[in-house]
Amino acid sequence: MVEPLALKDHTWESRIFFERIVVGFGILVVLTLFLVARFFYLQIVQYDIYATLSDKNRIQVQPLPPIRGLIYDRNGELLAENSPSFNLALTPERVEDMDETLATLRRVLQLSDEEIQAFGKRLKRRQRPFESVPLRFKLTQEEIARFSVDRHAMPGVEVEARLVRHYPKGELMVHAVGSVRRINERDARRLDPVAYSGTDHIGKIGIERFYESDLLGSVGYQQVEIDARGRVMKILESDLPSPGKDLVLHVDSSLQQAASDALGDRRGTIVAIEPETGGILAMVSKPGYDPNLFVTGIDFATYASLRDSPDVPLFNRALQGQYEPGSTIKPIIGLAGLVTGMTTADYTVDDPGWFKLPNNDRLYRDWNWTVTGLGGHGQVNLEKAIYRSCNVYFYSLAVKMGIDRIDDYLALFGFGVNTALDLPEARSGLLPTRQWKEDSRGLPWYPGDTVNIGIGQGDMLVTPLQLATAVTVVANRGKWVAPRMLKSGSDLVERSNVTRMDSIELIPDHVWDLVIGAMEKVVHRGNQVYGENGTAWAYIGQDIPYRMAGKSGTAQVVGIAQGEEYNEEELNERQRKHAWFVAFAPVEKPEIALAVLVENGGGGSSVAAPVAREIIDHHLLKNTAAKGRVVALAGQ
Amino acid sequence: MSQDFVRQLPGSGLVTQRKAALGDAVHLDIPMVLLLLAISAYGLLILYSAVGQQTAPILSQSIKILAGLGAMIVIAQISPIFYMRLAPWIFLGALLLLALIYVFGVEIKGSRRWLRIPGVMNFQPSEIMKLVLPLILAWYFHDRHLPPKARHVFWSLVIIAIPVMMIAMQPDLGTSLIIGASGLFVLLLAGVSWRLVFSAIGIGVISAPALWFVLRDYQRQRILTLLDPERDPLGAGWNIIQSKTAIGSGGLSGKGLFEGTQSHLDFLPESQTDFIIAVLGEELGLVGVVTLLILYLLLIGRGVILSLQAQDTFGRLLSGSITFTFFVYVFVNIGMVSGILPVVGVPLPLVSHGGTSILTLFAGFGILMSIHTHRRITL
Repeated sequence: MVEPLALKDHTWESRIFFERIVVGFGILVVLTLFLVARFFYLQIVQYDIYATLSDKNRIQVQPLPPIRGLIYDRNGELLAENSPSFNLALTPERVEDMDETLATLRRVLQLSDEEIQAFGKRLKRRQRPFESVPLRFKLTQEEIARFSVDRHAMPGVEVEARLVRHYPKGELMVHAVGSVRRINERDARRLDPVAYSGTDHIGKIGIERFYESDLLGSVGYQQVEIDARGRVMKILESDLPSPGKDLVLHVDSSLQQAASDALGDRRGTIVAIEPETGGILAMVSKPGYDPNLFVTGIDFATYASLRDSPDVPLFNRALQGQYEPGSTIKPIIGLAGLVTGMTTADYTVDDPGWFKLPNNDRLYRDWNWTVTGLGGHGQVNLEKAIYRSCNVYFYSLAVKMGIDRIDDYLALFGFGVNTALDLPEARSGLLPTRQWKEDSRGLPWYPGDTVNIGIGQGDMLVTPLQLATAVTVVANRGKWVAPRMLKSGSDLVERSNVTRMDSIELIPDHVWDLVIGAMEKVVHRGNQVYGENGTAWAYIGQDIPYRMAGKSGTAQVVGIAQGEEYNEEELNERQRKHAWFVAFAPVEKPEIALAVLVENGGGGSSVAAPVAREIIDHHLLKNTAAKGRVVALAGQ
Repeated sequence: MSQDFVRQLPGSGLVTQRKAALGDAVHLDIPMVLLLLAISAYGLLILYSAVGQQTAPILSQSIKILAGLGAMIVIAQISPIFYMRLAPWIFLGALLLLALIYVFGVEIKGSRRWLRIPGVMNFQPSEIMKLVLPLILAWYFHDRHLPPKARHVFWSLVIIAIPVMMIAMQPDLGTSLIIGASGLFVLLLAGVSWRLVFSAIGIGVISAPALWFVLRDYQRQRILTLLDPERDPLGAGWNIIQSKTAIGSGGLSGKGLFEGTQSHLDFLPESQTDFIIAVLGEELGLVGVVTLLILYLLLIGRGVILSLQAQDTFGRLLSGSITFTFFVYVFVNIGMVSGILPVVGVPLPLVSHGGTSILTLFAGFGILMSIHTHRRITL
């Protein structure tokens, strides 16, 4: 048999081919219709969704941050301004090799690990592609130059300019004006994201904090068309921001400088108030720090050294420091004694140098007490008790008055409460009462506690601002003016935790005359026999061209045991007493009232009084000179 | 003549009666040339918008189109018998070029697809394979009894598998799948039983999950991105989200020519190459897209007619496969841009900016015309 030849069957082939190609073409038409359906779905059914997405892509609403209000002193000198600062920012999409770029920048700009880490965190919080992320703030001119040399090798890295807060007076004004800080995550949670969009900083301390809402201004917007790289192609619509309010403060930069100079390198604080208005003329707390360090982010080592310094530079002693008032309280106790009839101008006390309560062996010493028993002031009336700062007189007066009456009168002068209108950090001090002792220690009030209060010791605490305010009230003969920083530019908003005080009207003029006269003698009574001069006369009163009323004081830092003589030299420098001096001048028409505290300074009259004199000289003599009444100090 | 005898005559297809056409003398098919020109012109217009109305890219694209047309005309002049005789050698040459990639290949973005002829050009051997694989299979089946026997199917699958594997390993999964498809079209047109076709599809579907473990990471990523572009909107999902946004925001009639915000503000990536249909969708809307699809269907329909008029097995299988493969490009590209297929680098034929693919496409149509215009005497 011959095997059948497998011949090609062309007709079959053609028919099969026809069938296959028709079926294939059919499938292909169906698939094309499927594509049409897909486009119909995207372009017709879901048109609204994608049209919105497309607009959301290209139209961006950008916040236009307002320019923060400026802060001026009473003479129009700038205390806080906005100056351009240059940041280094990276756009990750344009950076070719992030690790390598960071390594290069690290070398060129000496970046720290912290900065790289912080950058990594900011990178993760980024909202949209092609948004730049700052790596380093506040480049110096030199850093910009060094970066420029290598920038061609680092695409996506740019220097950006921004306005940031700058304090031209630096450390001098830090505790008076406060400062802004970069908004951190905790702030961001509590802040209105709309009002702060585009704003990096917020007032954290002092005036910057208190008047934040005025200084901030209101944010503006612009609607822009951007490309995928975030570049603005055109502005579609805009609503300009309105800048924050400019504020004028009562503070006088030149007086602040004089006060700072007078204090020198010593730790301490000064608050000077204009008695007519309550405006704070100067507020110094030393040591301070440069607020500009904090504006753009401080490095950890510098921050740690400020935070951990035993001199606590970050602490505003004028508002937050709470000290014993010491003898500076005596004129007010004296006023109270006269008004309540517990003493009179002529009533005298015999001062042997010590005081004892009946049926108690404890010895309350005068400041000139000696073991030999030769100390004391002899027969003392109220006037002498003030200008000689006699403790025994006030021990005895305090015991006669009793703590309740003392508290009532001290409270009239603002002790134990916060009366500062626009100083958010101000504290209230402590005015000890029976109730307070019962509540805090569970102990009854002892007569010995009253003895200590008579000379401003024991549990009583005041801030330098409170003491300066009380002196202001004395200078005003009872007229209350609450201390304040703001002179003009906004409305003073009343804070809920501030106590409003009423002027003191129950003290008659002759009582004011007596006490203020005694304070005048503290400074001006001189050329007397030993033990008869005003305590401060030898230090400041001999050549003074105006009338000043003052009172010295010392605040104990450590307690002194019974029967032990006070030996300053044996005490560690940090355990020495703080030196106080309060004063106002001119007596006839006070223009300035102040409180000076030199920490661990020792004697109030010898250490703090000259500081007060220098400040008041600056304030009064500079002013009189300006008025054309030249007072020659030379030769006096 | 008796019917029995007629049946044995080669070249007696179902559609044999036709008049000599106008283009026969120059070995061109006039309707197909016109459609190619129409699509190319439409494509140039879209490209002109996509490149931001610059003329330089349009010029270079026009030169490529002209070069393609030139190649098409030259190829159409040569008789298909010549291609058929040379087919095994061409196939071996193309395999050699693919193999050379593993020795001299230039690596771009992690895959070796290119051969560099120093000073002249870079080219992708896989492009040549797009035409060579259908050619060798058509050669393989042209004198065999059809439908193919099992062993012939087996050997033809081996012929398909060799270049597909070589290209897949470059790696270039998209191209290898399309080339595989062009080979399988030959088998389908050769008359492999539907039972076999459907069981192959069935096995494919069932084993698809297993394929997951063979895929490389970036390929898995693309599939995951297709399923949920929002999982990485700024990274892998960006392209597809932006292209869907461009298309969807075009609506019925588009934002207007040159007015597409997605493409002109650079939100749409690859807007001049693989994603150019999104520019069309955004600027001319559904109307513009459907117009292009109709042009494509007409071109493919013309290819189908030419295939049906081919007189021998070789011509039929080759023309049919080239025509269907062209559709695969269109479908894969548009499907990928509109978010129904994973992103694979397939350009939109005759529209996307780019060199070698245009040349290959025109060469394919040249072969179609060569087959069509070199027929033996009709009865």
